[in-house]
Amino acid sequence: MKSLSHRFNHSFSSRFKRLQSGILATGLSAAVALGAITTSPNVQADALEDIESRGTIRVAVPQDFPPFGSVGTDLQPRGYDIDMAQYLADEMGVELEIIPVTSANRIPYLQTGQADLVISSLGKNPEREAAIDFSDAYAPFFLGVFSADEDESVDGPEGLADKTIGVTRGAVEDMELSEIAPDSTTVQRFEDNATTISAFLSGQVDYVATGNVVAAEIAERNSDRAPSLIYQLKDSPCYVGMNKNEPALMEEVNRLIAQGLEDGTLNEMSQRWFSADLPENFGS
Amino acid sequence: MGPTLDFLTLLPYVSELLKGFTTTVILTVVTTLTGLSLAVAVAYLRVNAQPWVRWGLGGYVEVTRNTPFIVQLFFIFFGLPGLGIKIDAITAAFIAMTLNLAAYSAEILRAGISATAKGQLEAGRALGMTTLQSYRHVVLVPAFARVYPALISQSIIVMLGSAVVSQISVFDLTYAANFIQSRNFRSFEVYLLITLVYLLLAFGMRRSFMLVGKRVFAYQQGEQR
Repeated sequence: MKSLSHRFNHSFSSRFKRLQSGILATGLSAAVALGAITTSPNVQADALEDIESRGTIRVAVPQDFPPFGSVGTDLQPRGYDIDMAQYLADEMGVELEIIPVTSANRIPYLQTGQADLVISSLGKNPEREAAIDFSDAYAPFFLGVFSADEDESVDGPEGLADKTIGVTRGAVEDMELSEIAPDSTTVQRFEDNATTISAFLSGQVDYVATGNVVAAEIAERNSDRAPSLIYQLKDSPCYVGMNKNEPALMEEVNRLIAQGLEDGTLNEMSQRWFSADLPENFGS
Repeated sequence: MGPTLDFLTLLPYVSELLKGFTTTVILTVVTTLTGLSLAVAVAYLRVNAQPWVRWGLGGYVEVTRNTPFIVQLFFIFFGLPGLGIKIDAITAAFIAMTLNLAAYSAEILRAGISATAKGQLEAGRALGMTTLQSYRHVVLVPAFARVYPALISQSIIVMLGSAVVSQISVFDLTYAANFIQSRNFRSFEVYLLITLVYLLLAFGMRRSFMLVGKRVFAYQQGEQR
């Protein structure tokens, strides 16, 4: 596919150069550019209708970002995002076609019409919002302070007083924690994620500031010391990405996300892949 | 054109630098004293104790001298909790540095001790000293004086090596530098500064060791030359 389009571009540009030598160059190039835009799949009438008539939904999922998406020992993609894609396909009553992508090419796949949805641990920011549309949040992604004691909870930053918290030096969570931690909190900074995890697992620290993905990794390695969230430092949940101006598809995806939150499907997925319930403020 | 140097960006972090400096100095002073004392005991026992004690201590010295310091440190801090022995970061640093310095210094001292002729010890006994007295005055102190320069170097090496205790979150001078560097991204200024501080610490240590040596081994001076 890639080489085909490349060849097309090549012959196109050489033909274009010949044309350019003509007198009508400006007018013609404008016409060619216009033609290119109208053949772009971006301006399809209705993506949801296309999916239904095709009977297949094509979803871009990560292949290198566990537990959202990775390749299992059976060489099949597995993870939260894959389950989410399967859930949407099942509820829509269509077949699921998985397109493994990397974080660099996930949006181009969508924009070139090779994928209907991107479910790839996609975070929202203004730059991305200018290019594509985002559904409601479907997966938790946050930084927080976690405790080895699953029954513990604190009300605010002042609840972290007198605690010793391990964190990876210079990471975003280090900055956030240093900002809000009371003076009596001891922040023990370690060189990298692996050392921070070792400090928590060996019991050298009973609290750790990290992301929920890393916390899930720790829980998987040692369920006796599964980190449980006591304070959220920064929330940046994941959204389903789709092309702009697809109100019908957007409505359908949001309806299914709301339904999944309601009936516990998403919470079940969170337990399976993050070894934790969805955070209480999720979806609000 | 690179960014210009700006040491003023370090000003807001003076308290961190002072805290790191103090920790490094305390760590060094305490471990030098405990490490060298332990080294004397180990060196003595390796020459004079029962065979099984000698082999045990030999094992300790060889393991310590033939494994990386950071691995010893990680074993004490991250490994021992697996056996139910939980030691906090600063204590783990003290223990690792002491054991490390003691193992190397014991070997250095042993060389000094074996350089003493057996006849001298017997001469001491013949003069009416007890075994321990003659050992102390005839063997140990001269041995110490003989290898003193090597012991100074070894203590300085351990002080410089203490930089790695920052890896287990001990707030030493290197930890302070890494901390500041992760906040203001002024790596050149920070590391240049602590390089100079370590350099001064090493010079300072050598000078103080020499002053102490001049006093303690004053009567040895003649023999040394």
